[in-house]
Amino acid sequence: MIQALNRALHDAMAADDSVVVFGEDVGPLGGVFRVTDGLTAAFGEQRCFDTPLAESGIVGMAVGMAMNGMRPVVEMQFDAFAYPAFEQIVSHVAKLGNRTRGRVRLPMVIRVPYGGGIGGVEHHCDSSEAYYAHTPGLLVVTPATNTDAYGLLRAAIEHPDPVVFLEPKRQYFTREELDAGPVPPIGRSVVRREGRDATLIAYGPSVPVALAAAEHGAAEGRDLAVVDLRSIVPFDDETVTAAVRRTGRAVVVAEAPGFASVASEIAARVSERCFHYLEAPVRRVTGFDVPYPPPKLEQHHLPGVDRILDAVDDLQWEEA
Amino acid sequence: MRLIDETGAVVADDPPLPAPEVLLEGYRGLVFARRLNDQAGALVRQGRLAVYPSSHGQEACQVAAAAVLAETDWLFPTYRDVAAIAARGVDPLDVLVMLGGDWHCGYDPVATRVAPQATPLATQLPHAVGVGHAARLKGEDTVVMALCGDGATSEGDFHEALNFAAVFASPVVFLVQNNKYAISVPLARQSAAESLAAKGVGYGVPAVRVDGNDLAALIVVLTEAVARARRGEGPTLVEADTYRIQAHTNADDPSRYRTEAEVDEWRPRDPLLRMRAHLVATGVLTPEREAELAAAAEEMAAHVRAGMGRESAPDPAELFAHVYSTPTPQLREQAALLAAELNEVQA
Ligand SMILES: Cc1ncc(C[n+]2csc(CCOP(=O)(O)OP(=O)(O)O)c2C)c(N)n1
Repeated sequence: MIQALNRALHDAMAADDSVVVFGEDVGPLGGVFRVTDGLTAAFGEQRCFDTPLAESGIVGMAVGMAMNGMRPVVEMQFDAFAYPAFEQIVSHVAKLGNRTRGRVRLPMVIRVPYGGGIGGVEHHCDSSEAYYAHTPGLLVVTPATNTDAYGLLRAAIEHPDPVVFLEPKRQYFTREELDAGPVPPIGRSVVRREGRDATLIAYGPSVPVALAAAEHGAAEGRDLAVVDLRSIVPFDDETVTAAVRRTGRAVVVAEAPGFASVASEIAARVSERCFHYLEAPVRRVTGFDVPYPPPKLEQHHLPGVDRILDAVDDLQWEEA
Repeated sequence: MRLIDETGAVVADDPPLPAPEVLLEGYRGLVFARRLNDQAGALVRQGRLAVYPSSHGQEACQVAAAAVLAETDWLFPTYRDVAAIAARGVDPLDVLVMLGGDWHCGYDPVATRVAPQATPLATQLPHAVGVGHAARLKGEDTVVMALCGDGATSEGDFHEALNFAAVFASPVVFLVQNNKYAISVPLARQSAAESLAAKGVGYGVPAVRVDGNDLAALIVVLTEAVARARRGEGPTLVEADTYRIQAHTNADDPSRYRTEAEVDEWRPRDPLLRMRAHLVATGVLTPEREAELAAAAEEMAAHVRAGMGRESAPDPAELFAHVYSTPTPQLREQAALLAAELNEVQA
C-alpha cells in the first residue's frame, strides 16, 4: 500500500502545482513509512518539505495555505501524535467553510497512519476515527486495498473539502497490483464479497479480517457478505442498507474500542433502516474499551476471525 | 519605543515621525474606533448585541495594524479586534454579525483579506503563517499581520507559529497587544519573562517593544516590520504595551482583580488624547477638521445603530448549507426533516 500511496502523491503533485506535502521527516527521508519517498527529489523542497516538530503548527499552517490557494497534504507521523493538532482539526479545519458561509474552502488532506496489529509501542496503534467522524465538516476516508489507497488519496487531494485520510498501518506492507480503474468517488462503499446469510460491515484494517472470517465461515456452511465502507463520512447508507436487507443479519467489525464508536453508529443506522428485515439484533465486534494494549496483548484486543464467527453464530439462527 | 509622550510632545526624532497626513489619518481612525467601541457598548446594554469585548484604550494598536497594510495583505484578528477590522475597511455591521449571534463570521475573508475573528486563543497564528508561506510559494509579496493578546502568548500555537514563521522566513508580523490581563489573570501570572518581546529571541525572531498607546511609534515600528517581511527577511514580533481600560466583556467584573486606582493611572495615557494633543499643538488638527471627524464618526455610529436595529433571522436551511461544499446524504436528510418541522409550525 505504501507504493500505491506514494504514487498517488506523486501523480497528484505532477498534475497540480498547488499540491504541497509537508510534515515530520517527509522530505529527504521520505517519511518513517516511506510514503513520501522521492517527492522532494522529484518536485523540490518547496513542494515536499520537513517542518519543525509541531503537529498543531503543521495542521494550522496547512489551514492558512489552503486559505491562500494551495492544496496541502500533511502527514501526522502516527495516529496518537495527531492529538496535539486536535484543536486545529476540530475547531478550524472542520469549521472554516461553515464559519465563512462557504467563502473559504479548505482543500487539504490530513494523512494519519492508524490502527494496530503491528506490535507498536504505546501511541502507535490508536484507532482515532470516531473523533474525526464525530466532527461535522471533516470527510473521513480509509482504504482497505492498494487500488483504493491510490484512488481515494487522489480523490481526497482533489476534493474541495478537508479530508482525514486514515491509512491502515497493518496494510502498509501488502503488495498487490493496482487496478488502473477510475478513481472511486468519496462516499461510496463497496461489496467485497456477496453472501446470503449475514453481512459483515468493516472498514480499513478490519476488511481483510472480515474477508478471512467469511472464508472460514464458508467452510462452516455460512455464506457471508462483506461490505468495505471505504468512506466513513459521508456514510453510504444505500450500499450498507441494501446489503443487510439481502441477508437479514449483520455484524459490524472494527478494531477501535466499541463504546460510542463508528461501529455503534453503523449498528444504530442499520437497525433504524433494516428493522423489518432483521432476523437478529445487529452485533458489534470491536476492540475492548481499553487503551491500546502493549504488543504482547494486542492479539487479545483486536477482533479476529473467531470472535467474528462467534458473533455470527449468535445471530439467532433457527436450528435446522 | 516611544516617539510622542503623554502630553503630545515629541520625545524622540530617530526614527523620524510619520508625516502629518499619516498621523491625521491615523487620528481619524482612532476617533472612529473609539466611537465604534462606545456604540457597541451601548448596543450590549440595550440587549441588541450579545457580547462585546471592548478595545477602548487599545485603539492605537488596532488602527496602526490596519494602517500599515497594503490592500493585498492579510489581517488575522482576534475577537477583541473589531476596531482593527473596521479600520481595514470592513463595514462594522458585518463585523458585528458574529458578536450579534447571526453567524460566526459576517464578512468575506477572501474579498476583504481579513481572516475570521479567532475566538480560541492563538490558533489563528499558524494560519497566518500558512497564508504567508503560500504567498511566498506563489511568488506574491503578500504580508500577514497577526494579532493576539498577552494571554495568548502562553498557548502552544503562539510558540509553534513563531517557530514556523522563523524557520520558513514567513512574511508575518506578530503584534501582541499586551493589555496586562487575560480576563482576570495578570501578566505576572502569564509569563516570568522580562518582556513578551523577549520570547522572540529563542526563535530567532527580531522583536520590538513599543508604547502601544503611541500611534506614531506603532506606525513606525509596524511599517518597518511589514517592509522587512515584504523584503523576504521573515517575521517580526512586536509587543505593544497598552492597557484594557474597560471590562474584558460585558460579562466580566474587573473589580475582582484590579483596582480603580490602577485604571486611573492609565487613563491619562489614552492614545486618542495623546495624538490629539500632538496634532493640535502642531496645527495639523484644526477645530473645523475635528468637527468634521466627529460628524463622520457619528454617521458611522448611526449606520451601526440602524443596522443592528433591524430584525435579522438567518435562514435555518443555512445550517446545513456550508458544512461541506456539497451536503452529504445525511445532511440532506436532516435538512429535509427540519424543513418539514418548520412547515408544520407554519401550517
Ligand atoms: C484556547 C482558549 N482557552 C480559553 C479561552 C477563554 N478566554 C477567552 S479570552 C481569554 C483571555 C485572553 O487574554 P489575552 O490573550 O491577553 O487577550 P485579551 O482578551 O486581553 O485581548 C480567555 C482565557 C479561549 N478563548 N481560548
